[in-house]
Amino acid sequence: MSQQDVSDMNVDLLKRHDRSLLRRLMLTQEMWIAIAIVVLGLAVSMISGKFATSGNLMNVLQNACFIGLMALGMTPVLISGGIDISVGSILGLSGVTLGVLLNAGAPLPLGIAGTLAVGLVFGGLNGAVITLAKLPPFIVTLATLSIGRSLALVVSDNQVFYEFGTATESILALGGGYTLGVPNVVYALVAFIIVLHCLLTMTRWGRYIFAIGGNESAARLAGISVDAIKISAYAFSGLMAAISAIFLVGWLGAVTNAIGTGYELQTIASTVIGGASLTGGFGTALGAAIGSILIEVIRNALLIAGVNPFWQGTFVGGFILAAVLLERIRSLRR
Amino acid sequence: MSKLASLENIVMEFGAIRALDGVSIDINRGEVLGLMGDNGAGKSTLVKTIAGNFQPTSGRYVFEDQDVRFSGPADARRHGIEVVYQDLALCNNLTAAANVFLGREPMRQVGPFRVLDKKLMNTRSAEIFRELKSETRPADLVDRMSGGQRQAVAIARTRLSNSKLVLMDEPTAAISVRQVAEVLALIRRMKEQGLSVILISHRMPDVFDVCDRVVVMRRGSKVADKPINQSSPEEVTGLITGAIKTA
Repeated sequence: MSQQDVSDMNVDLLKRHDRSLLRRLMLTQEMWIAIAIVVLGLAVSMISGKFATSGNLMNVLQNACFIGLMALGMTPVLISGGIDISVGSILGLSGVTLGVLLNAGAPLPLGIAGTLAVGLVFGGLNGAVITLAKLPPFIVTLATLSIGRSLALVVSDNQVFYEFGTATESILALGGGYTLGVPNVVYALVAFIIVLHCLLTMTRWGRYIFAIGGNESAARLAGISVDAIKISAYAFSGLMAAISAIFLVGWLGAVTNAIGTGYELQTIASTVIGGASLTGGFGTALGAAIGSILIEVIRNALLIAGVNPFWQGTFVGGFILAAVLLERIRSLRR
Repeated sequence: MSKLASLENIVMEFGAIRALDGVSIDINRGEVLGLMGDNGAGKSTLVKTIAGNFQPTSGRYVFEDQDVRFSGPADARRHGIEVVYQDLALCNNLTAAANVFLGREPMRQVGPFRVLDKKLMNTRSAEIFRELKSETRPADLVDRMSGGQRQAVAIARTRLSNSKLVLMDEPTAAISVRQVAEVLALIRRMKEQGLSVILISHRMPDVFDVCDRVVVMRRGSKVADKPINQSSPEEVTGLITGAIKTA
């Protein structure tokens, strides 16, 4: 048998058929979450007529966008096998920065630039400590969760900002305004879904993010600058938290130093529900955004159905478990 | 057969430990060399020296008629020396083509952007798999592949560059019998294409099936170096254990 050709041995391969488009769609987590959103929506509509009004749906969508933007930032981090639980604090610190800058009379572009810089640098520092000191991402970002929230207090001196100087009108219009009947932040979310999708699927950066999450040592052996890629992922996460902060501040019309507290859990939940793996290697931009919409629909549906809002966390947690179980079942079927 | 590389009197010391004690080996073009020995005999050290992971304490390393001293595996790879790692170093969540091109992806221009040229990666990988006579499909996830197919992906990586010497560390250690046959066929295919292969293995049947020559290491020294058809599994076993001193 020594010189026998090997091609006839792969009989198991010949039995496999290419899946139809519909079956492939049914295999994506995005599809299941979209179905869950529709089913949930229909169920609540039957209970109350208040859910399926254009005003309420738009409201749900807008609320989902703030978490959605951060979930997009979280996606590359999770795919690379990391986690960033400091995003709520980054949102807080950059939001407070925006308040301080505008309150001091800075024009809006400068305020936005400063806010984005804070998010980018804070995230980059997360990544630098994780890669250079070789510490677990969970611990590092747990520490910076605390540091970021404390810095927000320091920077704001525990003040509430609602006067934004010359920029007051423009920041309120940016964050709370509508274009063609749709909240501005929705356009931002859609734009960033497309940007991140292209980054993840069409660039070397995206390919290497997946490679690192799949097998970090293999990525290193292939000559990929693993550390630089990881740092950039955390910097991107910080940047997205800062972008979310800008819209959130404009929408709320005020900044308190508690802004964004607890958002990290909703952000991670959205990303995981949307199909990103907590062990790395998998995740999509669209999934993260759809996950954030599902969470907001759950919250809104419970409110409208008259369920005590204290139950919200239980429902969100239930969906996280369901999403992870679904992923398990799908990977077994493959 | 022309000589591709030679090691002359290589000594490798780690502190007080002498892992290689004056080893000399010639590596010929288009030859499959079996490297055998018990754990701790110096096989890994020897392979890591050839692959550029270690710089020998003393001795001469000649590659393509030039004295070389590699600064690291990347330097050795530039000279055409590739290693197929025991754990294969593949990303399970990526496709076969993505793994083959990992770290050296071709790009194409789309307007102002440079994006991954997935089509080129798929067609080029398919070509290599065809050359290797492997049924591996470029767009399949490595996660769902058999051990033999995974081995084909790892070997295909070495075929992208102009590699001349491929070091394979226990490629048949953890796979089924049928897959072992696939891997051995892949090794033969590399030999047909004029590559030199060093196969490190514990499995006597594999070495006698596919190798042209066998080198046996014991306690940091070479104790045998002979054409495979002039040896026997019994002799090699004796050499490995020390029952036979040299051959």
